[in-house]
Amino acid sequence: MTAAIIAGVLVAAGVYLLLQRGLVRVTIGFVLLGHAANVVLVASGGMAWRQAPLVGDGDTAQMADPLPQAFVLTAIVITFGITVYLLALARAGGDDDPEPEPPPEPEPEPEPELGLDTDPEPDPSEPPAGTSGPQPVPGHRKTPEERG
Amino acid sequence: MSGSWLPVPVVAPLLATALLVLLPYRPAVSRTLALGVSAGVLALGGWLVVETHDGSVLSQDVGAWPPGVAIVFAADQFSALMVSVTALLVIGCLSFAFTIREDTHRLYAPLALVLSAGVYGAYLTADLFNLFVFIEVMLAPSYVLVVLAGGRRRVTAGRIYLTVSLLASTVYLVGIALLYGLTGTVNLGDLAGSARTSQAVAVAGGVLLVAMATKAAVVPVHSWLPRVYPQTNPAVAALFSGLLTKVGIYVIFRVYAVLYDGDPRYAGLVLTIAVVSMVVGALGALGETSFRSILIFSMVGHLGFMLMGPGLFTTLGLAAAIFYLLQYVLAKAALLVCAGVVEHTYGTGDLDRLGGLVSRARILAVAFIVPGFSLAGVPPLSGFVAKLTLIRASFEAGRYLTASLVVAVGLLTLLAIGKIWNQAFWGHDGEATWGGEPEGPVAVRVRTWPVVPALALGSFSVLLGVAAEPLLVATEVAANGLLDPGAYVAAVSGR
Repeated sequence: MTAAIIAGVLVAAGVYLLLQRGLVRVTIGFVLLGHAANVVLVASGGMAWRQAPLVGDGDTAQMADPLPQAFVLTAIVITFGITVYLLALARAGGDDDPEPEPPPEPEPEPEPELGLDTDPEPDPSEPPAGTSGPQPVPGHRKTPEERG
Repeated sequence: MSGSWLPVPVVAPLLATALLVLLPYRPAVSRTLALGVSAGVLALGGWLVVETHDGSVLSQDVGAWPPGVAIVFAADQFSALMVSVTALLVIGCLSFAFTIREDTHRLYAPLALVLSAGVYGAYLTADLFNLFVFIEVMLAPSYVLVVLAGGRRRVTAGRIYLTVSLLASTVYLVGIALLYGLTGTVNLGDLAGSARTSQAVAVAGGVLLVAMATKAAVVPVHSWLPRVYPQTNPAVAALFSGLLTKVGIYVIFRVYAVLYDGDPRYAGLVLTIAVVSMVVGALGALGETSFRSILIFSMVGHLGFMLMGPGLFTTLGLAAAIFYLLQYVLAKAALLVCAGVVEHTYGTGDLDRLGGLVSRARILAVAFIVPGFSLAGVPPLSGFVAKLTLIRASFEAGRYLTASLVVAVGLLTLLAIGKIWNQAFWGHDGEATWGGEPEGPVAVRVRTWPVVPALALGSFSVLLGVAAEPLLVATEVAANGLLDPGAYVAAVSGR
């Protein structure tokens, strides 16, 4: 039951983060989802009625199942590697906007009241030239804040 | 006994990779080793096809652990055919990459080798968790190959690809956990038929299949595919098209045949997904406007044709679907190599900017139109044999609507191929086909060497169409192995 609740909370938080715009949040969402999968895997070995696997201490049939733990170890290693690569991509690409090409001519300055529509807490990993603000200048890669 | 060769297709490319990473980079060494190892795997795959042709199953308990503990490798006719065709594709696509010097990065060939090792492993393993590991082995280098030497567009494509794959892997992992929790094993042999007797196992298997359907880009989880593959390097797209999504299809075939024992309760669902994929893929391809993206979107449709196999689940239906799969990956790789040649020569695959290629690149035109017609199902090419067998199987199973849709979608595919042909090959020279030289613009010519891999891959369209009989017999053996997995189960089961 505890495992089910933990997995449920982790999946809920993970899915919420996956639906966010910034890749860093998506990455954290994947970390949470991966944790949820790992909890389910560990639980699949039968958590409730198993004992600690101490030699000479109890029935071997009651000891914790080592196979799901091996699965989880493998899965953690794989997920960790891919998460690091995902973070590298978040760093390499900069802007998260899926528009492949910025428009060739700069957009006119947006009205001041439009600026209020922007995300109240922009992701620190993203350049402040946000998704609903002015369009990024062609060739623009890093802002001073990002470099520093 | 002879099963001791089974881990070799996985180990050999990995060892070659280690060697290439350790040694100082020399393109010639890197290329020779990559092609040599793949040729070795091709030979081994051919031998496996011969060995399993009588319906027998080779298996190997890795590490000499007792049965039930050991991780099992197994090869039946289906896996042997898949390994062989994969090795053939790797050779074709890598030689194309080498002729256009796409492998400027020193890790290009090693990454492709690791990718192929993961694919061979996925085809040869009989353990669902091991399958997860091999799929990750396959995906990790593909994440790098997608973004290799690319700009912002390619990074965006890489992000989509990576996030979708990671999500599918996580879902697959949950599926494994549920299966293990219910049955206490992840060995396919021990799991045989359990989803037919237990609804809970069927649900857990369904979680696995949804993850695999995402990797295979089946409708409604296909939309990542046309966003990613058109942005990659040309040779990478050809390589991926034949390797990555097909692993998903293979796993769906295998899991549906062994775990579900071809449960007829789900046949209607599978067939519906197959048909919807066919129609969506064919229509979506017509809406695309560049050489490669048309070919990529139509891939979704062709995956639907293959999924008809488990949907019908008769000997003829499965044999037709496996035949379709084998001939399709070769034809599609040939077409994508043609697209790559055009993009490499003219810097764009945009159909509006191309034109008149037939007058200056006759070999390319031949290399394109033969597999193109095969894809659409024009006799006497291999695609015709595949579609005809699928239609016969549908009639045999009483699925008349499906049969008529196969014909209709074949015509739509012809339309898509015709769109590329009309705009890129016929008509006046497009603006992209002229290059600015000091003495004025001259027509840029297509080099011959990069077209050779396309010709070689495309020649199978003719070969497998005119002389389809041997492969049809082999796919029938493979289909019988799926229909009655008794031999497979006995070979891989720990009990």
